[in-house]
Order: sequence, then structure tokens, then C-alpha cells
Amino acid sequence: MNMNERSVTSKELLKKLTALHYEGAAKAKAEGRPVVWATSISPQELLETMDLATVYPENHAAAIGARKEALVFIDEAERDGYSQDICSYARVNIGYAGVGKSEAQDIPLPDLLFCCGNICGTVIKWYENLAKELRVPMIFIDMPFNHSFHVPAHSRAYMRGQIEDAIEQLEAFTKRRFDRDKFSEVMRLSNATCEWWKKATDLAKAKPSPLNGFDMFNYMAIIVCMRGSKEGYELFKLWHDELAAKAAAGMGPWSSAEEKYRVMWDGIACWPHLSTTFNALKKHGINMVTSSYPESWNLRYETNDLEGMAAAYSSIYANRNLDYDIGYMKKLVDEFRLDGIVYHSNRSCKLMDFRQYEVQRRVGELTGVPSVIFDGDQTDPRSFSEAQYETRIQALAEMMERGKGGMGL
Amino acid sequence: MFAGIDIGSSSSKAAIIGDDGRLLSVSVHNQGAGTDGHRQALERALALAGAERSDIRFLVATGYGRMRYEGADRQLTEISCHAKGVAWLTSGARTIIDVGGQDSKAIKLDAAGNVANFAMNEKCAAGTGRFLEVMARVLDCRVDELSEIAAASVKEVPISSVCAVFAESEVISRLSSGERPEDVARGAHVSIARRIAGLAGRIGCQPEIVMTGGVALNGDAVACLSKELGHEVLVAPHAQAIGAVGAAAFAWEMARAAK
Repeated sequence: MNMNERSVTSKELLKKLTALHYEGAAKAKAEGRPVVWATSISPQELLETMDLATVYPENHAAAIGARKEALVFIDEAERDGYSQDICSYARVNIGYAGVGKSEAQDIPLPDLLFCCGNICGTVIKWYENLAKELRVPMIFIDMPFNHSFHVPAHSRAYMRGQIEDAIEQLEAFTKRRFDRDKFSEVMRLSNATCEWWKKATDLAKAKPSPLNGFDMFNYMAIIVCMRGSKEGYELFKLWHDELAAKAAAGMGPWSSAEEKYRVMWDGIACWPHLSTTFNALKKHGINMVTSSYPESWNLRYETNDLEGMAAAYSSIYANRNLDYDIGYMKKLVDEFRLDGIVYHSNRSCKLMDFRQYEVQRRVGELTGVPSVIFDGDQTDPRSFSEAQYETRIQALAEMMERGKGGMGL
Repeated sequence: MFAGIDIGSSSSKAAIIGDDGRLLSVSVHNQGAGTDGHRQALERALALAGAERSDIRFLVATGYGRMRYEGADRQLTEISCHAKGVAWLTSGARTIIDVGGQDSKAIKLDAAGNVANFAMNEKCAAGTGRFLEVMARVLDCRVDELSEIAAASVKEVPISSVCAVFAESEVISRLSSGERPEDVARGAHVSIARRIAGLAGRIGCQPEIVMTGGVALNGDAVACLSKELGHEVLVAPHAQAIGAVGAAAFAWEMARAAK
């Protein structure tokens, strides 16, 4: 790809890189090279160093969900005996492993599974299941939930040991030596990409925000799939520069409407109902300016510091205790000057649902910012009601309007 | 004059407020969204107020059918409208329990009577008026007879299923095993009360607790809810139509603010 083409926009580049990412995996498979399936916030630095073509089932499931194709695979998984109460990313992916093709995006079946337990506990059972069904090896990195505010020292040492062991497993799997110099370079590049991802998403602090948060959902594909590559780095730098120029010009998120209210979105997107969930917000001038996502891929550590890398991966929102999460949300409310919070009660995600009511209660008490919870699912389209969602969002808009002293409310 | 119209899933309600802010009339028509129930409710309220449609200077629509109602100056949610209606007609309420046809909600009010927070039922009919409609069908009575039937109960027949569909078959099997309809009706009220108490707990239920919506007319269900919450639940005046009253009150305030 010629990166010197000045005219290329980040949106075009995003599309190109997404295509390139999936083509790369298909090509590897066709040429007899191994393909890895990995969890979305796993230390991909190891895989990148080994030049292993990697795809991310969660992203693939999200793409299938957004293309309204999820039920094909969900039905397949449920017919196979998987319960409706299991995470829908897992059901889509397990269903895909059975069907093997989709309209939205094909991915090659894996030769190796790479699973990191920092995002939830379900991924462990999901990947173990794939390993058994597809008869492929699995490398698992356990990142215990942090019940203390910081990652404890024993946990850091435990995870470092596992990363060293994973390197040995990768060497055995590929029958190649793990190149430590290349590893350093990948670590440096991954950190730089994450830095620009964070810088870009931080530009939404401007009022009005140059960023429409639903665009962030789209760019996430590359921070997951290509953050260890030069192309990924260049995309986020370009996206940042575009947003910075918009902010400098005082431009808001949309050309067709003004940003009246700024909210945070808690939880995963409702991929099958992306336009419905977006339009109901925009109708009231509500811009989703941030979520827990920017920080989830702000994976930063000193190059060559394996323990620091493990701690960074273990320190994401989903793996931290309630006190951290509440403090973090309060920080977002303050820094992004939020008027409200939208909580997605995601039927798939037990980890998030487990604490959501308590987070809402405590963040509400700390900040006084109104919020609303709606029921939905990340990929199962059946768990969402448009009328219920619209009423809840309008009720939030009314609370925010009254907060601003609007029309008798 | 100012009008509020609440187009619910199973009934339509209208209210008229005079220029002096006094409530002139309310009406309830037992047909909801997707019918012309809203027209009939409004016509009835206008007739009771001795007014015509052209006398209405501002109209606010609320409820499930609010967005599809043409002729509203503004659409507002039933959450805001129930809170406004309660503040308009009562004083001291800090929690509203509203149980309508397909929604149940607990609304927390600030000291000024504004919505501070709310919790609503999930995408499920458990704990809503629809649940009681299903129960009434199985017991072969009208939904407004449930309260009287349950009042003669000597024991509660517990209904363990929260799903309206499964509860129906559970009740059929209870009746066929010899349980009395009175005790089954009480069991249905306890079931709905428990579900609503769960919602109320989430927002930190504070007295005074005021109940609105059609189910507030069911005295036995209200008594069961009082017991579950451990505090007396008051029934709002015009409980079923109070969303329409609130909508009319907003119409009155908005028209004045716009002056």
C-alpha cells in the first residue's frame, strides 16, 4: 500500500486495512501457514513477533452481527446444544466453526488458539471447547481478576512466567526461534499505536466533540487486529490528525445536527441494532463521546519489560475491581464533561452485568449525572426492543434537558 | 386550555387543564396504541371539560404510541409525565411505582418532584399489567375483578414462574390440582409485587411511595406491594390517567415558558 497518498482518509484506510487483515489470514491458510484465533485483548506482541496470521473471533462475530447475519450462526450453535444463555460472540464463533462460511466475512479455521483470561471467564471455556472440537492446540494465559486496586506483585510474577512459557510453546508450535530483537520492535510499535489510539479518542474531550463515538466502534477493529503493525500505527496517527483538525475548526460530530448532550456508553455495542441505537441518540442531539474502550486498548509499558506488559494487559477495566471502575467512570464524566451515561445491560456479558447496577448507583451518587439502562445484546438481535430503547433514551434526554434548565422540564 | 394524551399499550388516556392550571377533566378509553382509542379518549375529555379541539393551545403526547400520534406539540416519555402528574396532584412523593400494560417502572423523585432516576422492567412481561391480564384469562374473570376475588383468599398459592406464558400453565395446573381461584389470584398479586419490589430496590425506594398506572386500581395488588416494600403504598388520584395529567401539565408549563 502506498502510504504517501495524501488524499487517503482514515476511513478509507480503515476499510483497506480491515480487508488486508482478513486477506492475510486467508492467504496464510492457502499457503499452508498456520492461522491463530486469539482473544481481543491478548498479548498479540508474541504472535506478531512470530509472524503468525491471527484473526480475532470477537471482531469477526461483531462484523457478522453488524451485517445482521448473527442468527445463522447462533441457530447453528444452539442446534448443536449450546445454551442461549452463553455469550453470543461465543455462539456466533462456535456456529461459524461449524458452518465455515459467511456473507459478512470469511475467516480460515484455526491451527492454534491463543486465549487470555483478562477479558472474562467465558473465553476460557469457549476456547477450550474449540480446541477440543477442532483438535487444535491452545495456549492460555491466565490473568486473574484484580480484587485489589492495583495488580498485585504475585500476579505480575505469575503472568510473566506464563508469557515466558507461551513463548516456548510458540517456538515448539512453529519450530522456529522466538526473535527477541523483533519482539522489542513489536512491543515498541504496539505501544506507539496504542498511544495514538488513546490520543485520538481523547480528542472527544473537546466541546463539541469532533468524534462521533459510533465511529470509534468501527476503528476498534484495527486496534484489536493490527496494533502491532506499522499500518495500524499509521491509521491511528492519521485518524488523530483528522480529528485534531476538526476540533481546531470547532467542528462537531455530525454535519447534519448539533451536539447537545454528551454521554458515555457503558458496555459493548449492540451490533445488530447499530443504526437504531445510534439514530435514537442523534435524534435528541446526544453524542456518545466515550466508553471504556479507549482505555482498554491503551496498553502501555516499557519495551522489554515483560512484567510491565503483563500488568498492562491485566489492568484493563474488565479485570479491575469495583473501586477502580467507579473511579475511572467518574474521571470520564469529569474529563469528557458528560451530561449522562447509557448502560447497555448486555445479555451476553455476565461479567459486565454482574456489577452494572452497583456501578450505576455509585457513579450516580458521586457525579449526579443521570443515566439509563437498556436491555440488549452484543450480537443476538432477539434481546433488544426498539420501543423500550427509544423510551429509555428519550427519558435520559428529558433528564439531561431538565438538568440544563430546558423548557419547563 | 391544554391537553395531555397518554397512548398506552392497552388503553388511551386524556386530560385537560385550564388556563389557570386547574385539572378540568380526565378520561380513559380501553384501547391503546394502534387503535383510534386516543381520539375517543381526547373527545371524551374535551366533552367533560366543555371544550373543543380548537380550544387546545398546546398538546403533549406520551406513552408507547406517542411518536406516532399526529397533532402533538411535543412528545415526552411516560417517565417524565407520571412524575409531573404526581407532582401536580399530590405532594411529598419520592417514589412512583407505575405498572402499565407492558411496562413497569420505579421512578425516584428529587425533593422538587423531578425524575432523579428510574428502573424499568426488562424485555419481558413479568411484573406488568399484561401478566395480570393473562391471569384473569385463566381464572375466567375480568382483570378489574381480580382484586375482589383475591380479597377472599385465605392462603397464597405461590406462582414461581415470572414468565407470563409459563405462569399461565403453572396456574392451570394449580387450579386442576384443586387450588381455589381466590388463592391463585392472591398468588399472582404477590408475584407481581415481588417483581416490582426488586425494581424499586434498585433505585433506593423512599417514602412517600405513590402508585400509578392501571394496576394501581387493583386494591389487593397494591396491598401486596405495600407488604413487600414494608411501607404503605398510596394510590395516586386518577392513577390510570395520571400520565395524561402530567402531559397536560407539561403542555401548560411549556406554553407559558414559550411566551
